[in-house]
Amino acid sequence: MDKVKKIFGGDTRQLGMIFALVALIIFFQIWTGGLTLTPDNVINIFQQNSYILVLAIGMVLVIIAGHIDLSVGSVAAFVGICVAIAMRDWNLSWWMGIILGLAIGALVGAWQGMWTAYVGIPAFIVTLSGMLLFRGANQYVGKSNSVPVSEDFQVIGGGYLPEVGPDTGYNNLTVLIGLLLAVGIVVGSLRSRRALVKLGAEVEEAWVMWVRLGLICAAIIGATLLFGSGRPGTSFPISGIILAVLVLLYGFISNRTVIGRHIYAVGGNRHAAELSGVKSKKVNFLVMMNMSILAALAGMIFVARSTASGPSDGVGWELDAIAAVFIGGAAVTGGVGTVVGSIVGGLVMAVLNNGLQLKGIGADATQMIKGLVLLVAVAFDVYNKSQGRVSLLGMLTRNFRRGGSDDDSAAPPPPSAATETTPVSETIRQSS
Amino acid sequence: MSDPSIPAPGSSGADSTGAAAPAANPPGSVILEMQDITKEFPGVKALSNVSMAVRRGEVHAICGENGAGKSTLMKVLSGVHPAGTYDGEIHFEGHLCEFNNIRDSEHAGIVIIHQELALIPEMSIAENIFLGNETAKSGVINWLSTRVKARELLARVGLEEEPDTKIRDIGVGKQQLVEIAKALSKDVKLLILDEPTAALNEGDSQHLLDLIAGLRSKGVTCIMISHKLNEIEQIADSITIIRDGKSIETLRVKEDGVDENRIIRGMVGRDLESRFPDHTPDIGEVFFDVRNWTVRHPSVADRLVAKHSDFFVRRGEIVGFAGLMGAGRTELMRSLFGRSYGTYVEGTILKDGKEVRLRSVADAIDAGLAYVTEDRKTLGLNLLDDIKRTTVSARLSRITHGFVVDEREEYNYAESYRKSLRTKAPNVNEGVSKLSGGNQQKVVLAKWLFTEPDLLILDEPTRGIDVGAKFEIYGIIQRMASEGKGVILVSSELPELIGLSDRIYTIAEGAVTGVLSREEADQESLMRLMTRRTHGGSEATTRESA
Repeated sequence: MDKVKKIFGGDTRQLGMIFALVALIIFFQIWTGGLTLTPDNVINIFQQNSYILVLAIGMVLVIIAGHIDLSVGSVAAFVGICVAIAMRDWNLSWWMGIILGLAIGALVGAWQGMWTAYVGIPAFIVTLSGMLLFRGANQYVGKSNSVPVSEDFQVIGGGYLPEVGPDTGYNNLTVLIGLLLAVGIVVGSLRSRRALVKLGAEVEEAWVMWVRLGLICAAIIGATLLFGSGRPGTSFPISGIILAVLVLLYGFISNRTVIGRHIYAVGGNRHAAELSGVKSKKVNFLVMMNMSILAALAGMIFVARSTASGPSDGVGWELDAIAAVFIGGAAVTGGVGTVVGSIVGGLVMAVLNNGLQLKGIGADATQMIKGLVLLVAVAFDVYNKSQGRVSLLGMLTRNFRRGGSDDDSAAPPPPSAATETTPVSETIRQSS
Repeated sequence: MSDPSIPAPGSSGADSTGAAAPAANPPGSVILEMQDITKEFPGVKALSNVSMAVRRGEVHAICGENGAGKSTLMKVLSGVHPAGTYDGEIHFEGHLCEFNNIRDSEHAGIVIIHQELALIPEMSIAENIFLGNETAKSGVINWLSTRVKARELLARVGLEEEPDTKIRDIGVGKQQLVEIAKALSKDVKLLILDEPTAALNEGDSQHLLDLIAGLRSKGVTCIMISHKLNEIEQIADSITIIRDGKSIETLRVKEDGVDENRIIRGMVGRDLESRFPDHTPDIGEVFFDVRNWTVRHPSVADRLVAKHSDFFVRRGEIVGFAGLMGAGRTELMRSLFGRSYGTYVEGTILKDGKEVRLRSVADAIDAGLAYVTEDRKTLGLNLLDDIKRTTVSARLSRITHGFVVDEREEYNYAESYRKSLRTKAPNVNEGVSKLSGGNQQKVVLAKWLFTEPDLLILDEPTRGIDVGAKFEIYGIIQRMASEGKGVILVSSELPELIGLSDRIYTIAEGAVTGVLSREEADQESLMRLMTRRTHGGSEATTRESA
């Protein structure tokens, strides 16, 4: 187990979720008699869930900052209908529609951010209000009708990478992207390792890195071949590419940029952050605004995929997104969470949904199972904490336990008894 | 071992009506005996074979550095760590005790008052006293008798407040008394106080110590954990010293003629040559000058928290600020630090002769100010973060290119500060929540030194920190001064102020009431200035150029 930990990094929770995801995929692959890992089904999983995963990216930042956003489903629906009508009535092209949608999202976000950050109303209330407000606005603007969107707009939700180059039996662009990604990761790891050695910092053993890189590359190549070998005309979906770009972008923002650091700081301890020069109001405003922009994007992807915008789009999305974030290891009290973790959490839900559907399990049972999975995932973390293992959520709660004075409190190991020393490279790796 | 009944040294002001302890249990007999207590956490042995005996009707102090195991021992005693999770035996009043939770231990008459008070701010004094122990018949509370009983208890602890007053409306000192009243309501036989005076000023501390002495004279046995050795010397009858999870020795204050140095020797296992490192001040010209600084309370419009205050700091100088709790020292410092407290009314800050307007914390940091907060955990640190992220957090711009944080520089800087401040941690990836108080404080210092400040404002920098770490922090403060930075030191511990400062301002009710040079300052003169009434102006502030 120690070796496994070394390969994947020290965070028990995230490790657990990745294993749960892999186990879940294997389980359904066997149970459905190989129907899970077919090109069509995997593409389907991505297309069906990309908008929830996009929401989860925004939601994890909101939750890290210590807030919640209940309005995302309504905002998505509102933006969807506005864009659909604008494109129909004003003959906007697909990209103008997208820009308009993002702009509306930004306005909605500014509205909610203003109330949350500058007036100081809890986000729970502001977005509960927004949930009603924008649901109503959707039905008002669209007169509770469905409005279809043009075919070139549909590409962002239902489109694929085009076929180019010689006929290899695979989609060439998909294969190319997969290879570039694999090479990029290997080169990146080697470079950061070399830099660390130069600094004289501790680095992990070489075999650990190579095993990890091997596993990652195998997974990427496997996925590439899976996506690339579907029915002619299908390949890696456009919505998947949008998602991948967002994951990389927001993963980077959350770890490596000033604003990202400030989000964690505000969520972890707002007063300490303010006394360190962080403008917490601005951070809260931006986080709420960003959420609505991503909700707008999610709404447009959904409309594009379902070819029309309707009055009941986006109902219940906020709960799916929040569940994904918490399964992915975020803490209700803020300050903890990762973009990648939330995506993994969202995928666990997605695979579960899909597998149960393939087996023809009804929506009633599916919902009950999903509810229990959420509970078990968080219980796993609470259990880990009570066992005194290292976990982020555990660190959090330990410090708020009653009477936990910092001098001789429960179990801070003396510095000499070296606790699990995570090599520097681990943390740096996690941030990319 | 015969023992004369112990007089209460220092119980001068307490009302000792002198109800003697029950005759069957003569004072001096052993009330509590802990034998070979061993407690292990995953990977750490927090206590190993700790033994101690507490005699009836005494104040028994437990001393030890942070992390020595004092609090863990008290958690074992009070049932927070239930029987079976530790080895060894506890005998209380002659019975073997196996407590499964706090309720069990309270039932036996052992009540613990934690350092962080467990009171609910929005509830009244009476409600808090009887919380979990309500005067009720089949679940319905009898408010009349609750209030009557609460009033009696408040009289016993000498607190003149109505039982209906909300906890949030009274100060920390009074809250501490409410905690004691709550303990008394449970027919306490053994009262455990964990750092009871840590958050109190001198006056409130003295009142509390008198109260403890009064309780002793009525037969209540006390165990007291404290870092304030002068208080221990004043009130304790016996002292058990714990070091590295082992009980080192038990001293009888009277018989053994114990003084502070003796205690320190036991705690650290060596003599501390001096309480303060050697330092020769090298003082330059005035570079930070505050004039007529006036600030209003954030919510109470007609209340001034800083009144026309004038003071200055010279390069290389350590300037102390003395004041009683509530005098407005923290408020003054925070209002200077980018107006992070209160509403600015008037006043100017001159830095290097030029007026600077610091409208936000970011402005203040840019202007070369750094402020180490009084309350490490709620204001100073994000306990979820690790050392390296904390170190760079107050001035990320130093290691960013565009908006991107350079993680290699981050690691390098954090590591170099860790080494130069000698923070005890395996590496800078360690979470700050895992560090001891002293090391957490070093991380906070590193965070502010990283901003390369000219003026370092330290608000209670050694609160809750053990003797060894204090000495090191004193050294760091002096090093900063030697590098030509100005240091403002706010502290409630007068010996610390006197030992470190080159000059000391006194503050009362938000106004500067005086300034003393190093030679003039002693506890008495400071106390006199700290309690001086102000007459609405700053006429007491005499600028002296020494």
